[in-house]
Amino acid sequence: MAFLIRRLLLTLPILFIVSVVCWSMINLIPGDPATVILGPEASEQAKEQMREQLGLNKPLVVQYVDWLDGVLHGNLGESLVDGTPVSQLILQRLPVTLELALGTFFVSLTIAVVAGILSASNRGTWIDYLSTGFALGGISIPHFWLGMMFIIIFAVNLGWLPASGFEPFFQNPVANITAMILPVLATGLRESAELTRMLRSSLLEELGSDYVRTAFSKGLSKRVVVIKHAVRNALIPFVTASGLQIAGLLGGLVVTEQVFQLPGVGRLIVESIEQRDFTVVQGAVLTVTVIVVLINVLVDVLYAVIDPRIALSKE
Amino acid sequence: MSERVAGEARTQTIEPRKRRWATLWRRFKRNKLAVVGLVIVVILVLTAVFAPLIAPSDPQAQDYALTLRPPGEGGLMGTDSLGSDVFSRVVYGARISLEASLISVGIAMGVGVPLGLVSGYFRGFWDEWVLMRVVDSIQAFPFLILALVIAAILGGGLGFAMIAIGIAFIPNFVRITRAQVLTVRGLDYVEAARAVGAGNLRIMTHHVLPNSLPPLLVQTTLAMGYAIIAEATLSYLGLGAEPGEPSWGSMLFQAQSYLTSAWWMAFFPGMAIFFAVLGFNLLGDGVREALDPRTYD
Repeated sequence: MAFLIRRLLLTLPILFIVSVVCWSMINLIPGDPATVILGPEASEQAKEQMREQLGLNKPLVVQYVDWLDGVLHGNLGESLVDGTPVSQLILQRLPVTLELALGTFFVSLTIAVVAGILSASNRGTWIDYLSTGFALGGISIPHFWLGMMFIIIFAVNLGWLPASGFEPFFQNPVANITAMILPVLATGLRESAELTRMLRSSLLEELGSDYVRTAFSKGLSKRVVVIKHAVRNALIPFVTASGLQIAGLLGGLVVTEQVFQLPGVGRLIVESIEQRDFTVVQGAVLTVTVIVVLINVLVDVLYAVIDPRIALSKE
Repeated sequence: MSERVAGEARTQTIEPRKRRWATLWRRFKRNKLAVVGLVIVVILVLTAVFAPLIAPSDPQAQDYALTLRPPGEGGLMGTDSLGSDVFSRVVYGARISLEASLISVGIAMGVGVPLGLVSGYFRGFWDEWVLMRVVDSIQAFPFLILALVIAAILGGGLGFAMIAIGIAFIPNFVRITRAQVLTVRGLDYVEAARAVGAGNLRIMTHHVLPNSLPPLLVQTTLAMGYAIIAEATLSYLGLGAEPGEPSWGSMLFQAQSYLTSAWWMAFFPGMAIFFAVLGFNLLGDGVREALDPRTYD
């Protein structure tokens, strides 16, 4: 419990800095933000109105405090393009991104656990070469390109799955799932590569340790030794790695959503950047990053649950 | 007196350090995959340098009579929607990719290494409670989103994309340098240098930094590969190279609208990215393995 509280307290400075970075985004636009947002041909009056709307005329500290006060009350400001509340735009898009992220996470974890265990417990055989080769290739592939190749192969040539045409799950579950298969596979395969490498090397380390030799000399079968003894310990660093992976994964989904035309938060960020709608960019980036920070806390807590030594050493 | 002793100490440390690089090379050479990685990277560099000699035509030349020709019919890799030769564009793309990764990793190292060095060497409040907490916070942002937003704030274009990727990479280099400095600063030869009167600056630049380099080398190589993907991604999203420029990422952006009719427009630039990144990854892995004392024989 003390560990949990300490861990939560440690995230406060991080959340503070994250909020400052997101808030300062608009102030960091080189030159006059109002001119950049409205374009050089806008009238002086319109620019002044924009500065007023963004609160740019107030002292910096006041601007930040006002903004943070809004954020803490769920008010992320309004879109500069059509005045829609930013929080509403994000809430519309978030389910798509979360569905994609969860699917990707599930696929990558499944592949990584199977490939990692098979590879480490059959070291030096063709199974090992195959899965290490797969992992090495996987980390070098830009996953949005893999997505494009999947579209060419499975949607254009074979016609098995649609290349786009997302529909919300509760409106049309079948269309939703078929539209999600290719993006989830493309990102999941790519993400599993790093995790496979990670699990393989930590499992190999465990397999070389004394307690494994003892287990073997007791006459236990390879299956029992690997699954019951070695994998349990090898999973400890793996949990952290897969948790950290989520940050990268959420970033990567920005491009996946673009390739497959999925209306998620990533695409919202890209669209808003194109329209110079910086309040939406600010709110969306803040939301995604806060989610990442909270997941990291969760991973750390989970880590302490799996391995009680961690919580004890940190208290 | 102390000058003379310090001079002697230096001549003593140079030999083993030289020998260590030689050992590293010997161990690296034995790893076949690492050598493959090195060969790929060398080919990439040569392609970038000699692009005008290798490419059969101007990568920006457009010929509307020759649009969307498949490979074979329209050159080695076909032609794109504007009638440009895909092979020539892929060849010139090596230049942009390499340049982008060199500049962005250069920026990240130029800022990250000194910060990590000073911070890890002096420790204290600024290190623990300011710099490292900022690094933690920046790393909480998904890398691509961070690079994307910085590029957007700066205004887009290839130059700003490189700077954005570089800035987003800084925390990694701070962290790795600092971790290494923390290990090295407590070692005997650092104590010895201090005992003979070497100042902080001298200890940092002559003793701590050179001995922290090997893990940084691994990080730099892997970062080069990742920067290639990042540049391609930003260009694909329209925040890097302009659509006309022969960047692998902007070629993929252009190809997106022709996935149903011209697979080659997407296939070849993507393969180029894949091999370039694979080269750097194999090279980085090779260096890491050569450095790992657990694999010593």
